Amino acid sequence: MLRKLFSFNGGVKPDPNKGASTREPIARLPLPPQLIIPLHQHIGGTPRPLVKVGDRVLHGQRIGAADGNVSSAVHAPTSGTVVAIEPRLMPHASGLSSMAVVIEPDGQDQHIEREPFDWHAATPGEVRDYLRDAGVVGLGGAVFPSHLKLAPGKAGGTDTLVLNGAECEPFITCDDMLMRSEAEDILRGALVMQKMLAAKQVLVGVEDNKPEAAAALKAAAAALGHASLDIVVVPTRYPAGGAKQLIRVLTGIEVPHGSRSTDYGVQCFNVATALAVWNALEHGEPLTRRIVTVAGNVERPRNFDVAIGTPIGFVFEHAGLKPDTDKLVMGGPMMGIPLPGVDAPVVKATNCLLASSPALFPPPEPELPCIRCGECARACPADLQPFELYWHSRARNFGRAQEYHLFDCIECGCCAYVCPSHIPLVDYYRYAKSEIWARERDKDAADSARERFEFRNWRAEREKEEKAAKLAARSAAKPAAKPAATDRAPAEGEATATAVEDPKKALIEAAMARAKAQKEAVAAKNTDTLTPAQQAQVEAAEARRKLAADMVATGSGETTSETATADKPTE
Amino acid sequence: MISALLVMTGLALALGAALGAASVLFKTQGDPLVDKIDAILPQTQCGQCGYPGCKPYATAIAGGEADINQCPPGGDEGVRKLADLLGREYKPLNAEHGVEKPKAVAVIDEATCIGCTLCIQACPVDAIVGAAKQMHTIVTDLCTGCELCVPPCPADCIDMVPVAETVETWKWRYPVFELKPVAAEPAAKEAA
Repeated sequence: MLRKLFSFNGGVKPDPNKGASTREPIARLPLPPQLIIPLHQHIGGTPRPLVKVGDRVLHGQRIGAADGNVSSAVHAPTSGTVVAIEPRLMPHASGLSSMAVVIEPDGQDQHIEREPFDWHAATPGEVRDYLRDAGVVGLGGAVFPSHLKLAPGKAGGTDTLVLNGAECEPFITCDDMLMRSEAEDILRGALVMQKMLAAKQVLVGVEDNKPEAAAALKAAAAALGHASLDIVVVPTRYPAGGAKQLIRVLTGIEVPHGSRSTDYGVQCFNVATALAVWNALEHGEPLTRRIVTVAGNVERPRNFDVAIGTPIGFVFEHAGLKPDTDKLVMGGPMMGIPLPGVDAPVVKATNCLLASSPALFPPPEPELPCIRCGECARACPADLQPFELYWHSRARNFGRAQEYHLFDCIECGCCAYVCPSHIPLVDYYRYAKSEIWARERDKDAADSARERFEFRNWRAEREKEEKAAKLAARSAAKPAAKPAATDRAPAEGEATATAVEDPKKALIEAAMARAKAQKEAVAAKNTDTLTPAQQAQVEAAEARRKLAADMVATGSGETTSETATADKPTE
Repeated sequence: MISALLVMTGLALALGAALGAASVLFKTQGDPLVDKIDAILPQTQCGQCGYPGCKPYATAIAGGEADINQCPPGGDEGVRKLADLLGREYKPLNAEHGVEKPKAVAVIDEATCIGCTLCIQACPVDAIVGAAKQMHTIVTDLCTGCELCVPPCPADCIDMVPVAETVETWKWRYPVFELKPVAAEPAAKEAA
């Protein structure tokens, strides 16, 4: 079927460098002596660890449970013992550590008992929960939990499911090799996604520099015989594999600023994610392995099927890292991030491990002033004005940078690639974005602090009012409620009348009146029905007390009150 | 002549009535300037500025009673923002009110805590959980780092711990091109 293809503006054509790592098929990497499985490998909440140090875990056992719905589970890629749950170095530009479960494989690779899950019969909601618990996330690099993207859109449902097999970044070939070897299962996964999204058609976009992959997919599509399935070969131009760019090429829909492709009935997934969905649903296999391209300055560039958690150094050992390597990168040369060390593990986001040498990637030339040539704007595939973003980011004028839609920047690196002044433009955008996020966080914290402070003040005020109201109510209500104090009512009335003028005085008077009333009430209560003997006893006690009171009265005045209070309990 | 006077008077009355009605109908609740200033202040509620909270300080700035450089948690950037908003000249932070420190949160040494509740009463944002004669603890996410709980503690068991950077809160650094000493190379060769 001939399909009209569209085009996106800008883009560049760097040397693909994909030949070296596609010469040999995907190799399964052996297990390392220790697997470091970070708990937080995706966008969203950090999973709670489900295992303790010393526990034996089995292949496919859940070791981290999704924290809320915007999260995903983490599983053990093999059987072994948990030797530590501690912060470990992450494959992140920061070089910081984060919580990870460290597993020592026992070599038996014993699988956990699989709970059968009939996804044909299950509701879409159950399938989504299952995928969340199977740890399926987007494997194109953004690692967004897939189950969240598999709900039909609010407005009218999904029209097109786009499967992204473009893989535009130089050196990376993991999707290419996967499409060649697992084409049929990828398409089966895509059909499951299509059913969940109720999409009318599935378009698989493959760049024309991957003819083997396109051929394999076409053969698989023919074998499956689905009319709604279409394999579309798109022209090779970086970044054709960007979600918005691929959607534009395939459907002509240009997703505007501030909206998502789902608002226009298009949802986009990576081909490896489709396979992960299929493996999870059909084989009950959670996401514990992924294909990683090892390329650049290595002896044997190749694609490896790597258990998630394998230290990066172990992967490079198998590919033969050349001694003149000066830098390691996760991802490709355009968008990759520098790795802090070889101890960091392979995570779900690791599509490529690139070794760089001064010969392969010469050190960047000195940054020169911007000459306002506008090359970057011509190259920008997101139709932004990179030079404006650069000026405002550089001047730390973040508000203005946001006005120029900084957050629509996909950090593809086209602008920096074409910049004749060698300005590391993307570094400025990343800096500006993270500063804006930090401010956002600070603002949220300040807002919550303000709310809590105001609530606290309001509560203190309320408590004060309540106390005053209670006291006033007591001073007004208590005398009337006491029948024993009826004879004193006129005097009490006078007291409450003055209370309005002076609340403090009223409180004191009320307290005094209460004490008096209580005294009388107490005196009246237990002397009602007395035997003559008891009466005699009481009279004797009264006489003794009178005597004592007289004696004290002749002494100092201060002790009078003391004895008076001391008397109380004896009554 | 008279008709012209009548028209002008009528117009003046009508417009005056419209303005009067508008001022009643669209009356601004509270002082918007105070809210704008309050939005810039960091809401630590620490009282280092000399006012019992950020809102009172904002009110004092708006009323011209307080200067804009009395908020150490807001730091230099806060002063700049206030200067921008109010069209005033920037001035460095007044050292009398304290110095800018990296963000820290209070942490109670739970083994030493005697459960006196004094810190709970001091906390302006209700970030401390506990009861009389029960161990107290601080909800780190809610703590603003105001240090108001530190002085009342009789057991001296509250420490201010700087907030560590995590992978999630880490920020990309401002791009700086490293200059490598080129001249040093031949010198090193000569030495060898």
